[in-house]
Amino acid sequence: MATLKITVNATARTVELDDPETPLLYVLRNDLGLTGTHFGCGLSQCGACTVLIDGRATRSCVTPTSSVQTRAVTTIEGLGSPERPDPIQAAFIAEQAAQCGYCTSGMVVAARALLQQNRRPNEAQVREALAGNLCRCGSHARVIRAVLRAAAGGR
Amino acid sequence: MTFSRRDFLKAGGVLVVGASLAPSLARAQTIPNADRFLGKPLEADRVDAFLAIHADGSVTLFSGKVDMGTGGRIAMRQIVAEELDVRPERITMIEGDTALTPDQGSTAGSYGIARGGSQLRQAAATGRQALLALGAARLGRGVEDLETADGVVRTKDGGASASYADLIGDKAFGVALDPKAPLRDPQRFRFIGKSLPRPDVPAKVTGRHKYLHDLTLPGMLHARVIRPPAHGATLKAVDESSIASVAGAKVVRIESFLAVVAEREWNAVRAARQLRAEWTGGTPLGDHATLFDSMRASTIVREQPITRRGDVSALDSPGPGVRTLSSTYRWPVHSHGSIGPSCGVADVSGDRATIWSSSQGTHRYRAAFARVLGLAPERVRVIYLDGAGSYGQNGAEDAACDAALLSKALGRPVRVQWSRQDEHGWDPKGPPQLLSLRAAVDERGEVAAWETRAWLPVSTANLPHLPFLAADAARIPQAQGRATGLIYQNIDPPYQYPNVDAVVRWIPDAPLRTSPIRAPGKIANSFAVESFVDEIAALAGADALAFRLKHLTNPRGVEVLRKVAARMGWQARPSPKPADPNAAIASGRGIAYVHYKHDETLVAMGMEVEVERASGRIRVTRVVCAHDCGLMINPDCVQAQVEGNVLQTLSRALHEEIVYDRERVTTVDWQAYPILTFPEVPPIEVELIQRLDAPPLGAGEAASAPVAAALSNAVFDATGVRLRTVPFRPERVRAALAGRPA
Repeated sequence: MATLKITVNATARTVELDDPETPLLYVLRNDLGLTGTHFGCGLSQCGACTVLIDGRATRSCVTPTSSVQTRAVTTIEGLGSPERPDPIQAAFIAEQAAQCGYCTSGMVVAARALLQQNRRPNEAQVREALAGNLCRCGSHARVIRAVLRAAAGGR
Repeated sequence: MTFSRRDFLKAGGVLVVGASLAPSLARAQTIPNADRFLGKPLEADRVDAFLAIHADGSVTLFSGKVDMGTGGRIAMRQIVAEELDVRPERITMIEGDTALTPDQGSTAGSYGIARGGSQLRQAAATGRQALLALGAARLGRGVEDLETADGVVRTKDGGASASYADLIGDKAFGVALDPKAPLRDPQRFRFIGKSLPRPDVPAKVTGRHKYLHDLTLPGMLHARVIRPPAHGATLKAVDESSIASVAGAKVVRIESFLAVVAEREWNAVRAARQLRAEWTGGTPLGDHATLFDSMRASTIVREQPITRRGDVSALDSPGPGVRTLSSTYRWPVHSHGSIGPSCGVADVSGDRATIWSSSQGTHRYRAAFARVLGLAPERVRVIYLDGAGSYGQNGAEDAACDAALLSKALGRPVRVQWSRQDEHGWDPKGPPQLLSLRAAVDERGEVAAWETRAWLPVSTANLPHLPFLAADAARIPQAQGRATGLIYQNIDPPYQYPNVDAVVRWIPDAPLRTSPIRAPGKIANSFAVESFVDEIAALAGADALAFRLKHLTNPRGVEVLRKVAARMGWQARPSPKPADPNAAIASGRGIAYVHYKHDETLVAMGMEVEVERASGRIRVTRVVCAHDCGLMINPDCVQAQVEGNVLQTLSRALHEEIVYDRERVTTVDWQAYPILTFPEVPPIEVELIQRLDAPPLGAGEAASAPVAAALSNAVFDATGVRLRTVPFRPERVRAALAGRPA
């Protein structure tokens, strides 16, 4: 059993793990109750588990928890809430940019990382930034519009 | 679990009707305090099965149809709001819980609104009439003097009123659905036809929405099931010591059903990877490389004529000046491809079971789970929770069965999470389809005869449910057979050609387990039919649009085609487009049309593409769709369905094919089975036709049907090369451009 200290959504947390290499995804979901980060493939192929680590979009399904002990982890829950959505989430709501919504958290987080690096991305840059996020319901067009809307200040 | 649906008030009060079920069944809470409704009427001909009005005037809506992300969660509320005359935000909705909702059949076939919603509409309309009658008694006035307004019955002169809460709060309606209960005047709709926002979106985009995958129960174990390395293999031995190093991990084995469980999920994952097991034998799969040849050579279970009219002898003995044409179209095996692998949670103790599933058919599967568990159906409760998208039947029911068997064996609640490899490898697949078409074209360019022969894997008659993987592995007897959905529809041309012979040749086998996948069969059938119409038009030197309109008699069909053409700026000319054969990029346009299932939604689809000759890469640059599904309850939800249909089907047509060797599926991740990505997504323009006075026809599937044909027609227009086998991957397109068979 290993004791790890990690910082998630600006809060210091301590977790006890049998395996310190446990992917961050499982720790977020099962130890910290942050179920907004979703399991999609465990292979870093689909983006459903995307979180921010020191501001960079990262696949939590292949990120050992031991590797993030000195870094800042931000999950979808750390961005906003239904009552107080962050600007990207507000834009997703305005565009109704989710069907089943399972892949959505990862896209919102990836969009956050993009807008932190590039405040005014064009459409091609939005598409490129989300190229590793898969969606099966076919909400892509709305997601692109939502990210551009957020980049334009919500308009 | 608590659901964040702040926009919607929690239902108040207690509806006390009949006896409550045993408390052990009462764990699940799909909405706060849902179990206070246990024991309510469930018969689908009773208003109380669908609706309850509470003492605070709020309403609970019980829907047997579920919302997999399609918008039913708002649309059903809009229907009730309109017909019962209450505001939608006063309505809470419970979906797909077998103990609380009426059995309205599976949420399938694009019938969620068309059938489920219409049933609900009649229930609400009947409820409003019951409230008017109660109001008449209370106010001492005739019903003809009364009206309803936002949860109140009042006299038309405004003199007196009684609220719904006062009239019936927490009491039963006690009336049967009246098929003649008057519906609201469409010209005065307040909620139907409006694009109200979906209540689940804010929670979904903030990570607060609770999916099935997020459900935890006290004492719950995490499980991973280990499928055999070859289909049908028998488990010979398990080396339990191989997982001794994983804390708390344990093997569960029932015959050849093998799983590991652990308190912590990651330990279950590790144990599943580490476990050594010995398997033997198996049932060899067919040869993927010769799939379509073997379909054509297969024994035929029976032939089913779909359309036969006139005389098609011109096909075999064409008269002078008559040209004949024949083509074969092939559609491969597809996975449902849900982004989250399937999950199931079950709590089986003693003679009772509660199973949580993202199944589109919780009512249907209740009896199936009961049979596998050896329980009476009334002892089993199945509760729908959202999964990661569902487009027919993915692995959800199998994962639920996995969980149920494990929970029964262990006496504790169990959560089974499939891996990505499990889902791609073992979800029931969309069946392969093979269609051969022939036409005779006379000297005027008219279709003198048309023939379709479709080789399709047959559905087993009266199959109660898709056989479960776990039950077969555990040697629990169950009915065997396959399900493919109504895959025979739309194999005939939607145009009034005088001589048509369209026949399905039902074949007994398919390479893998099959299940209905979105728009079952109709995508491949329309791909073949509408591509072949294009081939004929090209042979006749006719414009593809004019060629269709000439023999299209349905005015609603004409309208959708004309709308697409107008928006595309369609130039009348034959295909292919005259082009420089040496240009690096060829561009073109295509169009296709479907009257879905022959008498439902009408869709025209236009597409513009660029084909990069050197690489064979197709880029879709524009999609234009006109869509007439009759009455739209919520146009924005319809639009989202159209967009989803277009993109999902583009993905299937451009990229997707399940490949297998003699033992198992080999395309078990997103690299081997790629789907559409953001950079490829084309602009989609949708024209929705609203028909307030018409019945709703469904929007969940129809727009997928013409996608592949519009795409292949556009590629032909651009390059003069006809693609007849899906997927249109670059290597296949390159080969076709080089004149090799495609």
